[in-house]
Amino acid sequence: MMSASEKAKAPPTNVPRDGPKLTGARLDQMLTATWRTPPGFVGWLASVDHKEIGRRYIVTALVFLALAGALAIAIRLQLSRPDNDLIGAARYNEIFTMHGTTMMFLFAVPVMQGVQIYLTPLMIGTRAMAFPRLNAFSYWTYLAGGSLLWVAFVLNIGPDVGWFAYPPLSGPQYGIGKRADIWAQMVTFTEIAALAAAVSLVATILKQRAPGMTLARMPLFAWATLVTSLMVIFSMPSVALASGMLLSDRLVGTHFFNPVERGDALLWQHLFWFFGHPEVYIIFLPATGFISEIVATFSRRSIVLYPLVVLALVATGILAFGLWVHHMFTTGLPRVGYSFYTAASIAVSVPTGIQIFCWIATMWEGRPQLKVPMLYVIGFFFTFVIGGLTGVMIAAVPLDLQLHDTYFIVAHFHYVLIGGAVFPLLGAITYWFPKVTGRMMSEALGKVAFWMIFLGFQLAFFPMHIAGINGMPRRVYTYPAGLGLELPNLLSSIGSLVVATAVLLFIVNMVKSLLAGKAAGADPWNAPTLEWATHSPPKAYNFPHIPVVDSRTPMWDAGETLGVVHGLRVEDRELLLTSVVAAEPDVREPSGMPTVWPFITTIAVTVMFVCSIFSPWAVVFGAVPATIALIAWFWPKAPLPEPEPTIS
Amino acid sequence: MMRRIWVFAASCALSACSGVQNAAAGEGAESARFVDLFTFFLVICAIMYLLVMTALVVAVWRRRRAPLTVEDRSHHQTSALVTPALIAWIALVVVGLTALTVASFFTDRSNAADARKAAMTVKVTANQWWWDVEYSSSDPSKTLRTANEIHLPVGIAVRVLLRSNDVIHSFWVPSLAGKQDLIPGRTTDVQLLPRKIGLYRGQCAEFCGVQHTQMALDITVESKADFQGWYAAQLKPAQAPATPLELAGYRYVTTRECSSCHNISGTPAGGQVAPDLTHFASRRSIAAGTLPMAKGNLYGWIADPQSQKPGSHMPTVGLAPNELHAVVAYLERLK
Repeated sequence: MMSASEKAKAPPTNVPRDGPKLTGARLDQMLTATWRTPPGFVGWLASVDHKEIGRRYIVTALVFLALAGALAIAIRLQLSRPDNDLIGAARYNEIFTMHGTTMMFLFAVPVMQGVQIYLTPLMIGTRAMAFPRLNAFSYWTYLAGGSLLWVAFVLNIGPDVGWFAYPPLSGPQYGIGKRADIWAQMVTFTEIAALAAAVSLVATILKQRAPGMTLARMPLFAWATLVTSLMVIFSMPSVALASGMLLSDRLVGTHFFNPVERGDALLWQHLFWFFGHPEVYIIFLPATGFISEIVATFSRRSIVLYPLVVLALVATGILAFGLWVHHMFTTGLPRVGYSFYTAASIAVSVPTGIQIFCWIATMWEGRPQLKVPMLYVIGFFFTFVIGGLTGVMIAAVPLDLQLHDTYFIVAHFHYVLIGGAVFPLLGAITYWFPKVTGRMMSEALGKVAFWMIFLGFQLAFFPMHIAGINGMPRRVYTYPAGLGLELPNLLSSIGSLVVATAVLLFIVNMVKSLLAGKAAGADPWNAPTLEWATHSPPKAYNFPHIPVVDSRTPMWDAGETLGVVHGLRVEDRELLLTSVVAAEPDVREPSGMPTVWPFITTIAVTVMFVCSIFSPWAVVFGAVPATIALIAWFWPKAPLPEPEPTIS
Repeated sequence: MMRRIWVFAASCALSACSGVQNAAAGEGAESARFVDLFTFFLVICAIMYLLVMTALVVAVWRRRRAPLTVEDRSHHQTSALVTPALIAWIALVVVGLTALTVASFFTDRSNAADARKAAMTVKVTANQWWWDVEYSSSDPSKTLRTANEIHLPVGIAVRVLLRSNDVIHSFWVPSLAGKQDLIPGRTTDVQLLPRKIGLYRGQCAEFCGVQHTQMALDITVESKADFQGWYAAQLKPAQAPATPLELAGYRYVTTRECSSCHNISGTPAGGQVAPDLTHFASRRSIAAGTLPMAKGNLYGWIADPQSQKPGSHMPTVGLAPNELHAVVAYLERLK
């Protein structure tokens, strides 16, 4: 219906546009010629396709996961028995710093953004991201930051000040060498990358949804992405500011964090946790998006109380900014203030409780089917809820004063982050693997890996609660015998090996399925959302015609008869923009072509950032090539040859 | 009390029992409140957990053999049960969380009240990686300085004033009380009210650099008479060397490298940047809990501190064997 009215309004023109007269193989050929990434190595560097960038993000993040996981195994081997001397004190400090930094900055946030970059345009029915070149720049910057950190680690100049880098330990007087500078500059890289991706995602979600996909019909994963990206925009500047101040303390002798010169060591903790606490939700909320999609698909019904889930997401996103002081209960701030943060930290479990209710109610009302993605969701419930409840415990000041900075906290946040984010991520990988690769992952191998990961995880992390109560602080390279720490640590070490084996099995399953998995077809799960309406793997242009949506579960309600709009150019990259709330067609907008300038800009910025670790003049001289690259990137293009007809 | 025993037993179930450094031991006023509050939280949380998991298992189980197709638009319909269940769930969550929050507030206020009862003050200053301890008194001759150990009389509330000379540390004696950070440029405090005579161990709980791990301190809780005896003994100047070997050690320690950092009252050794050694041999451990106090360990420590506690600020001096014997003999005299 929409298509007919659109077409009637479009004035006659000889620019080829998709429509009933231009469809099928010929349309495919023309759109592919327009949207494909140029061949060759330069083309690979120039790609602005959100699917390629998303894939690179995910694969890179999984490589960092494997590296940080290997460090975790090293940690567990060292702690497997008391007074062990496998790893020395200095090396151990580098290892746990690298483990935490890599997991938080180079795995958890980027992998979620990678999945978001891959899926969002497909899920909301558009051809590309809003700022495709910024998106490419985001990936290259992330890669540069991650490489800086790991090259430094391999050269034995990696950071050793913890992933939180509290001054004065990380400051000029106690943080010797360039280790802390490398940490701080890596933060700058990853924050720029995350901000660039977040801005693209917000613009894409607000302006490029398929006609008819009002905010109230948007998939919950897109809602989670929107909320998360806004959180990135509001929280990351805080840590970028803090790391900039730290660098300036170290490099040019400012005294932001130096108490002797009336700076304040606690200022860092406020700035860091104002970012650090929302970051936990930046990792967790996308996972709730995965869960909402997986639960709906495998329960064969839409999520119960959808508006409440959206409100819970938004509420979590806002409350997350009012909790940071619960990381600072032992610093001696006024007790009245602490009471407020205790109440806020406990209150944030209300929206999460509501989401959990909605998912369980969905399964109750539906007909749940225990495929591998669903198993991970059930594993999520069993694990994450423990982490959430221990989170309620440590929100209480009298409990936190004992448990803070002990292995109880290590147990708590691994339950929350692995149970709450990695389990859903593994479920999501299994769920969307057929869409990305066109092949199914093995169900049998998947089940074995799931049970090993789930049980191994409990074995590895549950005893840490006990170790913490028995007086084991965090970040210690060894512990004396006789305090009751031997058995919990040994069990944790055994469990970690089980998890590592299972993760290898998961990777074997991925590789095997990629090479010889069962062909998937467009919609192997009979799922409700738009990404399943197109090919697996999707073509460069995503959808031959932009779909039209009139419900939250278009593939179930419309299915084969899913409406489409016609009239986008096929010889130029063009997108359909829609209005923010109602998703009514608004204008047609050109989309950026592949270009190597984002890559070259990243090189220029990388040289500037890395050199600025050594001399402040690098900021001055390094700005010149960076500016040249940006000018080339934004050089104005000739306008399209035809006057633009409007869509109303 | 029963609950306290129960939690302690639970935490011990997985490990060899030890109350020396254990938050569940509850042997100070604050840590006893911790155990009570933790038990309350644990019970409420366990009930919530079982409730959610039961609902989940039933939800997955009840229609397991139903057909898997998605027909007509029934996938949007919701039964009438959902709204009352939601209201009940939210009410339960809010009531449960409110109970926990209120319990937390009242415990916190009880902890704060301890501060007003303090009858004694101990100043603890953290350094990379040892603890400087000072018992101050209005009478300078009664002011006492020691390191890496605190003696406390049982049943008396003590205020510990916390400062740091370098980076952020955290003072934590889990068997007695919660932890408190020591932050350069600030003074913080923590209250200890030990209720049972015994030996305890505390440890730095904030990452403070390469030897964060080996930064412990020994706590001795003793009767009031024992405490006063210890205090009087500690106020005396260091014991004089009694044998020729000890005398050689005394000469070395007071005239060579050692005295530039360490203080030994009653001798020319007056360094102020390392632990006070006046009654060194009366302590339970060497180098902030790195090694138990024993002759062999003392030899190892003096001969090569960097192999015992790599990164420590105590350098390896390179003593000749006869010097080493003499220094160890003298240090053992410092009871």
